[in-house]
Amino acid sequence: MLDIIIDTTIRAGTPILYATIGAIIMEKSGIINLGIEGLMLIGALSGFYFTFITNSLLIGFLAAILLSAAAGSIHGILTTYLKANQIVSGLALTMFGTGITAMLGKSMVGENIRGLERINTVKDIPFLSPVLNQDIMVYISILLLLLIHFFLYRTTIGLNLRTVGENPYAADNAGINVHLYRLFAVVIGSGIVGLGGAYLSLVYTPLWIENMSAGRGWIAVALVIFSNWDVRKALIGSYLFGGIAANQLRLQAMGTNIPVQILQSLPYLFTILVLIISSLKNDSTKQNQPESLGNPYDREDRV
Amino acid sequence: MEKILELKEISKKFGNFQANKNISFDLYKGEILTILGENGAGKSTLMNIITGFYRSDDGEIYVNGKKVTLTSPKDAIKHGIGMVHQHFMLVKNLTVFENLLVALKDKRFIINKNRYANIFLNIFKKFNLNIDLDLPLWKLSIGEQQWIEIIKLLINDCQILILDEPTTLLTPQETEFLFKFLFELKKEGKSIIFISHKIKEVMEVSDRIVILKKGEVVSILNKEDFNENRISHLMVGTVLKNKYDKDVKPSDDLLLEISNLYAKNDKGLADLQDFNLVVRKSEILGIAGISGNGQKALAEVLTGLKDPYKGKISLNGIDITYGTARQKYIHGIAHIPEDRKAMGIAPDLTVEENLILKNFKDKELGGILLNRKNINRYANDLVEKFNIQYGVKNAPVRLLSGGNIQKVIIARELSENPTILVALYPTRGLDIGSQEFIHQTIIEHQKKGMSTIYISEDLDELFKISDRIAVIFRGKNMGYFEPDNVDKKTIGKMMGGIIKDD
Repeated sequence: MLDIIIDTTIRAGTPILYATIGAIIMEKSGIINLGIEGLMLIGALSGFYFTFITNSLLIGFLAAILLSAAAGSIHGILTTYLKANQIVSGLALTMFGTGITAMLGKSMVGENIRGLERINTVKDIPFLSPVLNQDIMVYISILLLLLIHFFLYRTTIGLNLRTVGENPYAADNAGINVHLYRLFAVVIGSGIVGLGGAYLSLVYTPLWIENMSAGRGWIAVALVIFSNWDVRKALIGSYLFGGIAANQLRLQAMGTNIPVQILQSLPYLFTILVLIISSLKNDSTKQNQPESLGNPYDREDRV
Repeated sequence: MEKILELKEISKKFGNFQANKNISFDLYKGEILTILGENGAGKSTLMNIITGFYRSDDGEIYVNGKKVTLTSPKDAIKHGIGMVHQHFMLVKNLTVFENLLVALKDKRFIINKNRYANIFLNIFKKFNLNIDLDLPLWKLSIGEQQWIEIIKLLINDCQILILDEPTTLLTPQETEFLFKFLFELKKEGKSIIFISHKIKEVMEVSDRIVILKKGEVVSILNKEDFNENRISHLMVGTVLKNKYDKDVKPSDDLLLEISNLYAKNDKGLADLQDFNLVVRKSEILGIAGISGNGQKALAEVLTGLKDPYKGKISLNGIDITYGTARQKYIHGIAHIPEDRKAMGIAPDLTVEENLILKNFKDKELGGILLNRKNINRYANDLVEKFNIQYGVKNAPVRLLSGGNIQKVIIARELSENPTILVALYPTRGLDIGSQEFIHQTIIEHQKKGMSTIYISEDLDELFKISDRIAVIFRGKNMGYFEPDNVDKKTIGKMMGGIIKDD
C-alpha cells in the first residue's frame, strides 16, 4: 500500500517538478511567467503529436522542448526588449496555449501511442522498488534539478543571471547584457516547462486530452513561492502536491465517507495554504525572492 | 603631465531639456579633478556618458589620446573607466564575494572560490579593510558598501575612477578615511573624478575644479585659485550662509515626549531600541545620523505608519503611542516622507487632488461627492502661497520637478497648521533654491508655534536650521547638542557610535 502511494506521488509530482524548475529559472532572472499553464499544454500536445507521427518518444520530447521554448520566447522578447507588462503577457501566453492546443489537438483526441516505460531494476523490495523502478524522465528531472542548482550557484553565468534578477542596474554596470540574459532564462525555462507537459501526454497518461494540464501550471507558479526560489525545495513541494492530487483519487476509489468534492478540492486548498504560509514568513531574512522580479529594465529610466 | 581622458564638446538633451552643453575638459594622470555643481547642473548625466550608460548627442571622448565610442558600461570598463554611483550598484541579497565576482572582468565558467577569494582578500589587506567575504551585502554598513564599490573598480585595474557624491552618506570620520585612500590611489598614478556639491571638502581633496552650471562649464580652477566665496558664487550665483538668522526662540514648554521606545523593522531586527526624545514647543530639533540607524522607523512610529512594540509617545500630555496615520494627523502630526514619489504623493493624480488628500474633516470640499469648485479654489490658494510651478492644469503630479513635488507635499501637510512636523530627509536631491524655500517655510511656521523634527544626514544643513541637534545611532538617542557649542567632528564621532568623551 505504502509502495503504491510513493509510486503515485513520484509520478504525479514529476510533471509539476519540471514546470516548477522552469519557472524558477525564469523568475531568478527577474521575469514572472504566468504562462506556465499554456506552455505545459503546448509541450503536451507537441510531444504527443510528434511521437504519434514519428513513433519516436525521443523526437516527441525534443519537439516539446523546442516548441514550448519558441512559445516562451514570445513572452521573453515582449517583457525584455519591448518592455511589456509581465503579468499581461504571461496571461496572454496561457490563453494562447490553451486555445491553440485545443484547436490543433482535435485530430489527436482518442489516438493512442506507446508511452514511456519504466525501468525494472529491482523486484519487490519495499520502499526501494517504487523509487528505483520509475521511468527515465523521473531521474532526468532530479539530475536536471541538481545541474540547475550547480549552474545557479557555482558558475559565473549563473551568478550573472541571479544578479540580473536582483539588480539589473548593477548587472548592466558590470557589463552583463540584461535583456539577453532574461530572454535566455525565459527560453530555457520554457523548454523545461514543456518537458513537464510532455511528461503528462507521453508518460503519465499517454493520451492527448484537451486542457490536460488541468491547473498544474498554476500550481507550479505557486510552488515557486513555496520553494522560496530554491530548486531543491521545489522537489519537496512538487512531490507533496503531486502526492495529494493523485492519492485523493485513490481515496475516492476506496470509497470513503468524505464527499468527492472535498477530496477533489484538496490540491487547491493546499495551494492556498502554501501561499498563506509562505507569505507569513515573508518578513524573515531568508526571503529569497529576486528583488527586481516583475520589473522591466530600462537603462535610462533610473531614479 | 599626460592627459588620460579628454572630453570635447559633449552635449546631451533629454527631450527639450539640455542636460549637457558643449562640455570640454581634460583629466591628467594622477590627479583628483572635481566636478562641482548644484543638483540638476548636469554632473550625473555627464558621468553617465563617460561610463557608457548614456550616449551623448554630440562630442568626442579620447582615452590615452585615442578616440573611443562608449556604448555600454562594458566598453568603459574595457578602457579602464569605472564609477562608484551615488546609488550603489550592489546586489543586497548576494554575498560580498559574489558582488565582487560579478564585477570581475575575466573569470572562468566554474567558480573556484579560493582562487578569487585570495585576489579579493589581498586587496582588502592592502587597504587594511576587515570585511567578511561571506556576509550578505545588506549586513554591511554604508561605508563598507562603498569600499566594496571602490574595490570592484580596483580588481578590474581601472585607471580612471569616478566617484559620484561619495561622501553624502558617510560620517566625517569615514569621509576622512576615504580621502586618505584617494590620495593613496593618486600616488599610484590613478586619476580620479570626484563629484560633489560640498565646497569645503572639494577644496580639501581636489587638484582642479570644474564648475558646472545648467549643463555648461562655467569655470575651471587650479588649486591656487580655490576660494570658498568665489566658488560658491560661480556655482550658485550667491554666497551661501552657514546659519540662518532666526528671530524666534523655542519655548521651554514640552510638546512631545518619547520614552523607552522600541520598534522592529521588516527583517525583524530592532530599529529603535530604548529610544528617548524630547521636543519643545516651537523648536526645530535636528536629528543627525547615518541613514539606516532608525530614522525611518522614528518617523513612521510618530506618524502612525508603524506600531512600536514597547514604550510611550505623548503629545501635549496625551498618550498617542498607538494610532493610525489618520488619527495622528488629526492630533496635529504632519509628515514629509523620505521617498517623495512613492509615499508623499499619489503620482497619477493631479496637483489639486494631491493637495486635498488629507482634508478628512473639511465638508466644504466634499462629503461623498467632491465639490470641484471649492477644491480648485482651495488648491489655487495653496499653489500661490507655496509658489508651486506646474504647467498644464489637471496634469499628473509626477510630471513636476522634485522641488515642486516637495512643495505640494509641504503645502498639504502644513495647510492645517499642525503642531509638529516630522520631516525625513526633506531636501534630499533638491537644488539649492528649493532647499532654501523649504527651510524658510519651516522657519516661518516655527514662528507660528510649530515644532519640527528635522531628520537629515547633511550636517551642514542641520547646523543651519536646528535649535538643537540629537544624534541617532543604532536606534538610540546618543545625546543633544546646541549647534553653536559643538563642532561637526564630535557629532560625526557619535554618528559612528562613539560616545561623548568629556
